[in-house]
Amino acid sequence: MDIVYDGSMDPRAFKDVLGQTIRQLSADDPDVIYLDADLMSCIGTCQWSAENPARGINCGISEANMIGVACGLAATGYKPIVHTFGPFASRRVFDQVFLSAGYAKNDITVIGTDPGVCAAFNGGTHMPFEDIALYRTIPSATIVDITDANMLISVLRQLKDMPGVKYLRVGRKSAAKVFADGAETPVGPAIVLKEGKDVALLASGIMVHEAMQAAKQLEAEGIGAAVVNVFTIKPLDADTVKKYARQCKNIVVAENHNRIGGLYSAVCECLARENLARVDVVAVNDEYGEVGPQDYLQKRFGLTAGHIRETALRLVRPSAE
Amino acid sequence: MDLQKKKELERFALNIRIGVLEQMKARGFGHVGGSLSVADALAVLYGSQMRFDPKNPAWPERDKLVCSKGHAGPAVYATLALLGYFPYDMLKTLNQPGTNLPSHCDRNKTPGVDMTTGSLGQGTSLACGMALGEKLRGRDTRVFLIVGDGEADEGQVWEACMFASAKRLGNLVLLLDVNGKQLDGCTKDVLDTLDLGAKVEAFGFDTVRVDGNDVEQLYSALERTRAGGTKPYAIVMNTVKGKGVPDVENAKSNHSMTVSTEQWGIWLDALKAQLG
Repeated sequence: MDIVYDGSMDPRAFKDVLGQTIRQLSADDPDVIYLDADLMSCIGTCQWSAENPARGINCGISEANMIGVACGLAATGYKPIVHTFGPFASRRVFDQVFLSAGYAKNDITVIGTDPGVCAAFNGGTHMPFEDIALYRTIPSATIVDITDANMLISVLRQLKDMPGVKYLRVGRKSAAKVFADGAETPVGPAIVLKEGKDVALLASGIMVHEAMQAAKQLEAEGIGAAVVNVFTIKPLDADTVKKYARQCKNIVVAENHNRIGGLYSAVCECLARENLARVDVVAVNDEYGEVGPQDYLQKRFGLTAGHIRETALRLVRPSAE
Repeated sequence: MDLQKKKELERFALNIRIGVLEQMKARGFGHVGGSLSVADALAVLYGSQMRFDPKNPAWPERDKLVCSKGHAGPAVYATLALLGYFPYDMLKTLNQPGTNLPSHCDRNKTPGVDMTTGSLGQGTSLACGMALGEKLRGRDTRVFLIVGDGEADEGQVWEACMFASAKRLGNLVLLLDVNGKQLDGCTKDVLDTLDLGAKVEAFGFDTVRVDGNDVEQLYSALERTRAGGTKPYAIVMNTVKGKGVPDVENAKSNHSMTVSTEQWGIWLDALKAQLG
């Protein structure tokens, strides 16, 4: 895996890369059909869909119907890719995804944009801290929290051909570049971004950049912090999680999600049987979202490198408190 | 329709009703009311309209049925058994442990069931997606969608109706089973649907109203949907919940009934006597 992380931001916005990737997948695979619920303009697919009405279907503001239509298309042999904002892609359509897609075995890919604090100025009504929790309860679902633009391209190409319910969450702005252009990030295995022996920082989505920054600060304080990008929340890469639990004895999970039901829960469930490590978390502490710039919200909900560093220090040097 | 075809379809419907009661008798209980109200529609659909092959349930070119009121599964199962999709004796496994005949339709369990339904409203969007998919595939297949009047309480039904009309799904035929009752009582008392025909018409459907327990009227209404075109079709079927079994028709609550094996047997014998 070619890691190119240096802390700088990728000039490409996720929304542009997402729209381009959907258009490319449609060009490459005649069975791909993209559906949206009046949010095409948010990912740059509006004009293209108008020109290709058989490949880009605007369902209007009716997310429940959109999921059902996608499932009916899947039953006809298509590979639907559905997009809307995260809250509507998860809690608003949960029963439709659970039954019409999951239970009925109609395979669809659902993209929820602006997860967690990425919803920023759309505020608390649009800020899903629970989307991963909901999707985790769908048997055999695949859940991916995207780290950077190159991962988005690689993962979406894989998801369209995978069976079952697939949920991808990604912001619309840009993120720190982690993977080299053209890198493949196979869905499933966690990716070790940095080695370390004292504490393992398990992170997904926007929290990967924060974890890398925290690891740098911890190194300066003499603490070896491994950073593992657990971007596939389900199925969880239990082997890698356990390996780093054994190796470091201390784990901090960092996620842009409620601490209930997300990556932290998945890691705790994985480690509960064997007493391999102490686990703590940097996540939203069972709260609703609110409006504001993303950097403000990351501080407000405790989702910064500083929070990760403090949490790691408490684990590694409990006596120092 | 000639007299012989009419008699054939009426007999098919009677046999579907018998098949429904066979299932309920074996299990002791079931969604009898809504299964009996759609028996005539199923007989006309499978007996005169739909293109299918019981030997090849996954044949892509087949016409598809989405029974969105999934609790009418027993009526669908009786129809499919009579057509030879699976042995008739399998009807006695309704809701038994490990069965392939669950209360609500399941496309992954029952040969011939085209779509999984049960959470009301969801079948409407699924049918729209299937009809759109058939259109995009360039096939001349039709998708038939059965929706209950109680089910029309669900908002998703109306999202799907908007979609069907906006996307010009002329290969979609909505059959509204207006039997006037839902689980808690009469639809007009629980949540008055008002005039469902006027509503679907306003949503852009080519709409006709029929006696949904009259095979001749159903046949005529369905025949005209073969024309296709750019408007989805709606057939508003006025039906009787529990149709064909007077005790069930007259029961205050007949959505799901639990009665003795003897009682199911008496009702069954009365239906069988009509076979002549």
